[in-house]
Amino acid sequence: MSLISQIISQLVNGLQSGSIYALVALGYSMVYGIILLLNFAHGDIIMVGAYVVFYAMTSFSLHPLAAVLLAVIACTLLGTVIEKIAYTPLRSAPRLSLLITAIGVSFLLENGAQLVFGAGAKNVPTFIEGGIQVGGVYLGYVSVVTILVSVASMIVLTFLVQKTKLGKAMRAVSEDMGAAQLMGISLNRTISFTFAVGSALAGIGSVLYVSAYPQASPTMGSMLGLKAFVAAVLGGIGSIPGAMIGGFMIGLIEALVTAVGLSTWKDGVVFAVLIVVLLVKPTGILGRKMTEKV
Amino acid sequence: MKKFLCFALAGAMALSLAACGNGSGGQGAAGGDTIRVGIIANTSGDSSQYGLAVSQGAKLYIKQLNEEGGINGKQIEIKEYDDKGATADAVNAYERLKSDGVTAVIGAVLTNTTVAVADKTYEDNMPQITASATAASVTVLDPTDPSSGIRTNVFRACFIDPFQGEKMAEYAQKLGATKCAVLYDSGNDYAKGVGDAFAAKCAELGIDCTVEGYATGDKDFKAQLTNIQAFGAEYIMCPNYLEDVGLIVTQARQQGITAGFLGGDGWSGVSAYASAEDLEGSYFCSGYALGSNKGFEDAYAAEYGEAPKQMFEALGYDAALLMCDAIKGAEEQGLEAGTDEYKQAIIDTMKATDGLQGVTGSFTFDDQNNPIKTASILQLQGGQEVFVENF
Repeated sequence: MSLISQIISQLVNGLQSGSIYALVALGYSMVYGIILLLNFAHGDIIMVGAYVVFYAMTSFSLHPLAAVLLAVIACTLLGTVIEKIAYTPLRSAPRLSLLITAIGVSFLLENGAQLVFGAGAKNVPTFIEGGIQVGGVYLGYVSVVTILVSVASMIVLTFLVQKTKLGKAMRAVSEDMGAAQLMGISLNRTISFTFAVGSALAGIGSVLYVSAYPQASPTMGSMLGLKAFVAAVLGGIGSIPGAMIGGFMIGLIEALVTAVGLSTWKDGVVFAVLIVVLLVKPTGILGRKMTEKV
Repeated sequence: MKKFLCFALAGAMALSLAACGNGSGGQGAAGGDTIRVGIIANTSGDSSQYGLAVSQGAKLYIKQLNEEGGINGKQIEIKEYDDKGATADAVNAYERLKSDGVTAVIGAVLTNTTVAVADKTYEDNMPQITASATAASVTVLDPTDPSSGIRTNVFRACFIDPFQGEKMAEYAQKLGATKCAVLYDSGNDYAKGVGDAFAAKCAELGIDCTVEGYATGDKDFKAQLTNIQAFGAEYIMCPNYLEDVGLIVTQARQQGITAGFLGGDGWSGVSAYASAEDLEGSYFCSGYALGSNKGFEDAYAAEYGEAPKQMFEALGYDAALLMCDAIKGAEEQGLEAGTDEYKQAIIDTMKATDGLQGVTGSFTFDDQNNPIKTASILQLQGGQEVFVENF
């Protein structure tokens, strides 16, 4: 394997894990954009999605596509239910209460999963196999599918937010909640819709995650969620293309740090990037400047 | 009333002294027609599956030996105490064995209890062999000091962690490898011990070897695997926890890596963590491969009503075999069991063991009293662990 094809392979590795971070970061970003909540339970929704895939494929021996569909539906439902039960009653409460609640929900899901599914990892059967040789580089279908699906998700999402009526409502709510309500936009519906879309993305993320790392474990969502959060901040939280760029960058940084032999420093470098971003450009790469209204 | 209590206490003391006298009388009797050997194992408590296995394996050998007429016409008499896996109980068990007049000790089973007992046997120069404790500190007084002295009286029947790495490197050479790679969890002592030993042995054998590490808890190994792929490794040593092994093997195949995988004794049960196709052809070593010695397994099943489940039954059997073989050496010198010369003779004979054939392989001891022995090589074929050979 030549040096160039090695470098290309490493970039593909980075883009693949970056795609998953990006999908999760999109969910973070959307929810933050609309109600300024850092939904720390977002990573754990992915965990639930992974278990749905596992049980659908092993206990019920469903077709992989059916399992994927089921996981996306389950995540969407779970996200909406969490929003209704845990966040809606706190809409007028201080933002800190919401944040603490989100952390509480995250713990509830993690420990609940340990109780229900057991603490050990479950091995998910692989459902995307094979690959193609392009020049000196071997591209696994998993990598190709992961990257394509996440880019497609971003395009669909951008279309949804920019061109549809619901998207317009979302942008209006994120601009000014009170004014949007006065214009006849249903707050509850818009916010629920945002959560549903974010969680559906988490569902897609969970499927891509288990196809690349075929294991489901109760705590798998916590580190993934944190990294995606860093990605969202790096790209500019609240911005859809920003989340995408942030995700890809985190994935690439990880792959390159590991490639040069500093694998044990991987997480350290990712969080160092977060610190630098917060110091130099707190709004992230594509973040817009927020002016505090007085 | 007080006076009565005084008398009662004095009486009790006199009785206990008399009991002591009986004990030393017993010691004298050990020189007669029985040889007393002690077993310390955790046959109850949290990890008792290991203790029971070792103890039953050892007792099976001694029973067979006695049925064949014992050593030098003398029967082996077993004294056994449970240490519950606790160091304090292990030391107590050893003290009781000493007052029973044993001339050699088989045990303990876990590392910490074995070290606790070894501290005591070293003071008494009591021959001791453990079937299963792998830590260097069992036979070496201070493992952090390379010039440290060793406990000359303590031996073990199992191989230590780095030994597996060396074995697998030699096996890779046998498989015709010229380039190998190691991928291990840098935060895991077991993985690092086996992996580093593998790399060092490869260098010695003239096999090119690259070492890649990852942090505990990582799920993504593609970057390391790409480096390994670029290096052109034919075999990848992967001595990690099974959850990680599963992820690594699957990701390697997804990346189109066709290199074979190698593993250590922690690989037993790996087929639950990756698909049979991805694991196909991988090799790993084990202290004992179930199914590799029909005679032993049948005898064990006949004695205890169930077949051996792991390697510990066989290791217990071999520990007893090694100890009894060494006792034979002392008997041949015409010494009296229980005496210091007798114990020294057992230790000397044990140290000089040369290629003694046991259930788990053939035994010779190195300068740190660790066995140089064959390891069982297993291969994954269609999701099954198949015994290949003793190497």
